[in-house]
Amino acid sequence: MQTFISEQLKDTPEGREADAILRSCVHCGFCTAVCPTYQQLGDELDGPRGRIYLIKQALEGGPVSGRTQLHLDRCLTCRACETACPSGVQYARLADIGRELVDKQVPRPLSQRLVRRVLRAVLAHPRRFGAALRLGRAVQFALPAGLRRKLPPVRTAGERPQRQHGRKVLLLDGCVQPAATPRTNTAAARVLDRLGITTLSPAKTGCCGAVSHHLGAHKEGLTFMRRNIDGWWPHIEAGAEAVISAASACSLMIKDYGTLLKHDPAYAAKAAKVSALARDLSEVIAGEDAAALGPVHRNTRVAFHSPCTLQHGQRVTNIVEALLQRLGYELSSVRDGHLCCGSAGTYSLLQPELSRQLLTNKVNALQAGAPQFIVTANVGCQLHLQTAAQVPVRHWIELLDTPSP
Amino acid sequence: MESENTAHNDTPRTLTQREKGVLLAALANVMPTASLLHEEEDLRPYECDGLSAYRCLPLAVALPHTVEQVQAVMRLCHLHQVPVIARGAGTGLSGGALPRGDAVVLSLARFNAIVHIDPLNRTARVQPGVRNLAVSEAAAPYGLYYAPDPSSQIACTIGGNVAENAGGVHCLKYGLTVHNVLGLEVVTAQGERLTLGSEALDAPGYDLLALMTGSEGMLGVIVEATVKLLPVPEQARALLAAFDDVGKAGDAVGAIIAAGIIPAGLEMMDRLAIQAAEDYVHAGYPNNAEAILLCEVDGTEQDVAHQAERVREILHGCGATEVQVSQDEQQRLAFWKGRKAAFPAVGRIAPDYYCMDGTIPRKHLAGVLKRITALSAEYGLPVANVFHAGDGNLHPLILYDANKPGELDKAEAFGGDILTACIAAGGTITGEHGVGMEKINHMCLQFPSTALAQFHAVKHAFDPAGLLNPGKAIPTLRRCAEFGAMHVHRGDLPFPDLERF
Repeated sequence: MQTFISEQLKDTPEGREADAILRSCVHCGFCTAVCPTYQQLGDELDGPRGRIYLIKQALEGGPVSGRTQLHLDRCLTCRACETACPSGVQYARLADIGRELVDKQVPRPLSQRLVRRVLRAVLAHPRRFGAALRLGRAVQFALPAGLRRKLPPVRTAGERPQRQHGRKVLLLDGCVQPAATPRTNTAAARVLDRLGITTLSPAKTGCCGAVSHHLGAHKEGLTFMRRNIDGWWPHIEAGAEAVISAASACSLMIKDYGTLLKHDPAYAAKAAKVSALARDLSEVIAGEDAAALGPVHRNTRVAFHSPCTLQHGQRVTNIVEALLQRLGYELSSVRDGHLCCGSAGTYSLLQPELSRQLLTNKVNALQAGAPQFIVTANVGCQLHLQTAAQVPVRHWIELLDTPSP
Repeated sequence: MESENTAHNDTPRTLTQREKGVLLAALANVMPTASLLHEEEDLRPYECDGLSAYRCLPLAVALPHTVEQVQAVMRLCHLHQVPVIARGAGTGLSGGALPRGDAVVLSLARFNAIVHIDPLNRTARVQPGVRNLAVSEAAAPYGLYYAPDPSSQIACTIGGNVAENAGGVHCLKYGLTVHNVLGLEVVTAQGERLTLGSEALDAPGYDLLALMTGSEGMLGVIVEATVKLLPVPEQARALLAAFDDVGKAGDAVGAIIAAGIIPAGLEMMDRLAIQAAEDYVHAGYPNNAEAILLCEVDGTEQDVAHQAERVREILHGCGATEVQVSQDEQQRLAFWKGRKAAFPAVGRIAPDYYCMDGTIPRKHLAGVLKRITALSAEYGLPVANVFHAGDGNLHPLILYDANKPGELDKAEAFGGDILTACIAAGGTITGEHGVGMEKINHMCLQFPSTALAQFHAVKHAFDPAGLLNPGKAIPTLRRCAEFGAMHVHRGDLPFPDLERF
């Protein structure tokens, strides 16, 4: 498309990057077909092509108000549009730049800023989140039904194996995962242990930085990223072969460390190395000998929900599905598998109505084939789906863990 | 010439602030706040459709949810003499949904329900905002599908397909939209409802259904369509043939049709188009071929085996350097994926592209392509060619950079010359994208004044005030005299009876 970036912006690195992305868009509209919010709302302004146009307008010095901010807030950043786009438009990068620009021009009201501040303060810190969850469970009978439903079921985590193998990987425990779905990380460690790989989770690591980054606190996000790199570095130097997460949202974030820290002279090289070693748990397990995983589970039907951060963000498709099928699980077919479940990080808290509509559609699609379990690859999706699903929602790694769930 | 005296409404009105205020207040009475846009910030993303080189901010955008709301908007606009421009997914390539400053854009995108699928009668009743592909997806559980498959089918809507009489790869064998629509519910310029067509194969009276199909939003607003569904063929195979010469590929096209084979699809792509598509989809397109042909055959297993073999022979006979045959459904879809995304994939190799749409008799394919190559050198703009070769429908994609001053004008002039070449070869100025804004001038070359007058008379019968999508598709005779038609043809001056200044 033709662009007229404003004088102030056209020579800044963000302005140039955004201009290049805008010019790769030919306004064909293929993206609108797969955008969950466009399909719900039917308004060009709530689809990727319209959002690109709104960001272009902002960069060209056109009128920008809370309305543009709302349309950008409503974007899940699921990146299904990137998968559908034949022209290779890097929508998520453009959205990052556009949102930052719009937020500068349209300061948020105090109530919105407070909510975002609290979310960053609680979610990104495992101890604080753990405490909040324990408190929530303690008073759950006094909570409104909607909030009570959000509390994840209590489950035992089991032990993390202590054996030391020659092969080592770094596992990011994550911020919310240890308290909300504690079995995921321990199951991952146990399965990797059976495959002859030791899992290391160094003490000084924590949130991957996504919560802060996607709420517009870019500097805060970078602090988390640097801290993780520091915690991992000695182990990388000692030969750890991958930096992994069982939450696809986090493995995607880690893969981006190199891009996000490329202007930091002290961390650029390390971040690039970390990103080069970054993998989703599924990629690591799929690369190993499945026979070592056994046993085979016949007569168990599961519905797999592929998180956006896995299929669109990381372009990892068919890996978990193939793994489960090799182990004998029957996968029920799921309509509209490319569409977001509505969790999208903090989106389910900030845009509850749209999130709820997407959740209902997704749960219906997943349960249509009468599965015994719904299985997914990201903690956010897992928690979100569990609030409405009639069958248990598990992380896929639990199905490879023994004893079976 | 009486029709010249009717209100063609070719020129946008300049409304005063007060007039705008009154109109917007009236619209706000019938449309909820979230369904009516009127601030510049919100209108900007609606200023163009898929032809983003042509842009114009509308007066307002209405996003109704119900037919009653559509009627209310139409009645109001009729009362205030405000033009209405219907819009589906905004993927059109001829500017059919290009707004006007004094007009309301009426989006049907929220009408996305599939009302009913009747597997016994093989019909589907759908709302206009239903995506083309979604119809086939909904029909799939019954072993049925909707045949017209424009390349934008993932996103384009049925309403738009009907308005433009959309084609697609499979229209060679299965017909255009007009051959696959059985009924329409329309809201007229006056806000009344009209039912056209029937469940039967034919209806008495004038064939208004065929008239409405392809009328580019100028005769009525489509609010429901009943379309034909076909059984999914038992088998389909695609052949991908590489050629070292565009002329040989063109000849192969003719040879296949001459052999009495009606392929389900027969497409051609040239070198530049192949490169762009292959970069995107990695379907195994040969990267150094001058042209490729994609030929699909479908039917029973026996039919397919027989036809595929014959086509393969013909392709080799015409000098194909290699021929691949799809071995399974996945491969067949992969062969087509590149072709179907060819237009936007070209967006990877140039900042902008201008997609032309013309049709020529098949036998002149090689000749016209040669002319296009010559023009490309003349204008200094590369061109990637994608064709529905089977029916001679060309899509030259002129690559340019809109940010370079003058390049858009050059691209348009180049495009105009291509259309002139099509007419000279005995063809037409559109295959399936419609005329819209883009080709309105060339209509003057395609049709004599008597035909244009007849078109205007039909328009007058439906929309005397000229409120539906004014200034599109059918040029006024004055426009022809003033703008495009100064080509002297065989020594005759066109429209000699009109005064010239």
